[in-house]
Amino acid sequence: MNRLNKLFESKKDNLLSIYFTAGYPELNTTVAIAEALEKAGVDFLEIGFPYSDPVADGPTIQHSSERALENGMNLNQLFEELKDLRERVSIPVLLMGYFNPMLQYGIERFCKKAVEAGVDGVIVPDLPMYEYETLYSRYFIDNGLSNIFLVTPQTSQERVRRIDSLSNSFIYLLSSSSITGKNLQLSNAIEDYYKRIKAMQLKNPAIIGFGISSNETFKKACEYARGAIVGSAFVKFLEQDNYLERIPEFIKSIKN
Amino acid sequence: MKYGVNEQGYYGDFGGAYIPEMLYPNVEELRQQYAKVINDPDFKAEYDGLLRDYVGRPSPLYHAKRYSEKYGANLFFKREDLNHTGSHKINNAIGQILLAIRLGKKRIIAETGAGQHGVATATVCALKGIECVVYMGEVDMERQAPNVSRMKMLGAKVIPATSGSKTLKDATNEAMRDWINNPVDTHYIIGSVVGPYPYPDMVAQFQSVISFETRKQLLQKTGSELPQYVLACVGGGSNAMGMFYHFLDDQAVNLIAVEAAGQGVNSGHSAATTFLGREGVLHGSRTILMQTEDGQVVEPYSISAGLDYPGIGPQHAHLYKIKRAQYVSITDDEALQAGLLCSQLEGIIPAIETAHALAYLEKMTFKADDNVVICISGRGDKDLSTYIKYFNF
Repeated sequence: MNRLNKLFESKKDNLLSIYFTAGYPELNTTVAIAEALEKAGVDFLEIGFPYSDPVADGPTIQHSSERALENGMNLNQLFEELKDLRERVSIPVLLMGYFNPMLQYGIERFCKKAVEAGVDGVIVPDLPMYEYETLYSRYFIDNGLSNIFLVTPQTSQERVRRIDSLSNSFIYLLSSSSITGKNLQLSNAIEDYYKRIKAMQLKNPAIIGFGISSNETFKKACEYARGAIVGSAFVKFLEQDNYLERIPEFIKSIKN
Repeated sequence: MKYGVNEQGYYGDFGGAYIPEMLYPNVEELRQQYAKVINDPDFKAEYDGLLRDYVGRPSPLYHAKRYSEKYGANLFFKREDLNHTGSHKINNAIGQILLAIRLGKKRIIAETGAGQHGVATATVCALKGIECVVYMGEVDMERQAPNVSRMKMLGAKVIPATSGSKTLKDATNEAMRDWINNPVDTHYIIGSVVGPYPYPDMVAQFQSVISFETRKQLLQKTGSELPQYVLACVGGGSNAMGMFYHFLDDQAVNLIAVEAAGQGVNSGHSAATTFLGREGVLHGSRTILMQTEDGQVVEPYSISAGLDYPGIGPQHAHLYKIKRAQYVSITDDEALQAGLLCSQLEGIIPAIETAHALAYLEKMTFKADDNVVICISGRGDKDLSTYIKYFNF
């Protein structure tokens, strides 16, 4: 049982996850930011590795990715920075990024390096189920690395079931079909979608992401799922000076 | 078909649908419907009728006599430049708009590089009275300004892509983001044989009319359906795939795809994908693309906006890998000179994209009875300012 499973077993609701892009706003801050987030009361983390063409992301994460690449972030640098991760951080950590940088690094090598660094899971939006199952799942499974799939309001019930069967930590529910950085829109249709997923009694817990940026949206999401993920709002927050000292303030504003 | 796509959307090692879940329902709907719809007799009748009466097909196969004299073989120009809107792009745009209507879509988005696909899409949207949004790199909007005006006149909204190199790749990213945000009522008309399956196959089928007609026309003019050589330029590769399609299974036909070397393959300013690229994933398909060691996509360069793309379609990647087609490259200078030559020998001002294919003739040697077909993919009106600047007219 990895850190993710343990977390979901020990804490039942209001789980808060934070996303940030490694290498933004500067290099060699990944573990310091992670440490500050854990101290501020965050339950688990998603560390993004940047890609030149992030099609699922809005302007905020496009910008942080571009800057991170300019700063020299890549997978070698990231794994170098993560060397003392597990001396300083104990909450579950996921890596999130696009498939091509992983493919060039080597999928098997990536999985090994990630687990060595103490990473618990990966979110790769553009690695589809078919390719994952037929070509790559063995590397994830052999190394004990979770692969987290996304579900949108348009994902069919049958497909949600398949995703649930391939998952072994949690399912990432998108608050709408959109790129990152938009505001959560609650409508009857979206509430129906959350209720529909809840009623399916999946074996994996669900966490809601995309559009969660405030205490209000966080609380709303937690009514329908075990917790929620804040991404773009935190990346925007990192633009200011003294961001490390001010992290507790930001987290407090979300959890209230 | 031996070189066609398999059920999972692959051509050998290339293709597939590497897309985020947000795009899955759209792409899956297309995958389930496209073959059914385009083989439906009603669809075929409407498509063929529009190609004939609206586009002006079949496009002529012109025996270019002065070119033939110069190069010492029988050279034929497949005149896609004579199509309505001035390039081969309209063949695909008509097909996809009819498909979108049958899928009940109310809004069309597209990406464009040179603007030819944007103009073709804006045209068919006007024809069918459907809302049209075209994404175009900011740099391309400047170098292909006449096409921006044409799109606006046709009623389309043109949105500049301001990220990255501000060219075709970035316009494609923006169009994909729009599609993610509008998953139900919008159809994305991709303009080339790129993107997630089924796009590469669907676009290739719509463009295959080029080689379908060419075979019949060649038979009439030369007594044989098969030429010795077929040439076409390649950015993403839609005119080349249309030009190659019905010759793929005839091994005697040499297929030559001409990429844009920009300022030279090793100059650091190039778009010669097969020379500079490696296998990877771009815009939803596994293909060959220009990238850094870390898998970041490299900004390509070509004077021709339509060839300024860091990848090639997955079927091209396959044909390259198994050596069914030959991939070569031509620099900016060579292309512009070929554009001038074609203008003055044949009275045809070609698009700079097309001029790349014509330029490769200089590097070939022929036997006197060789029959050679070159796809004149588009006309050069949109490129006049670039030609004028280069030649100081």
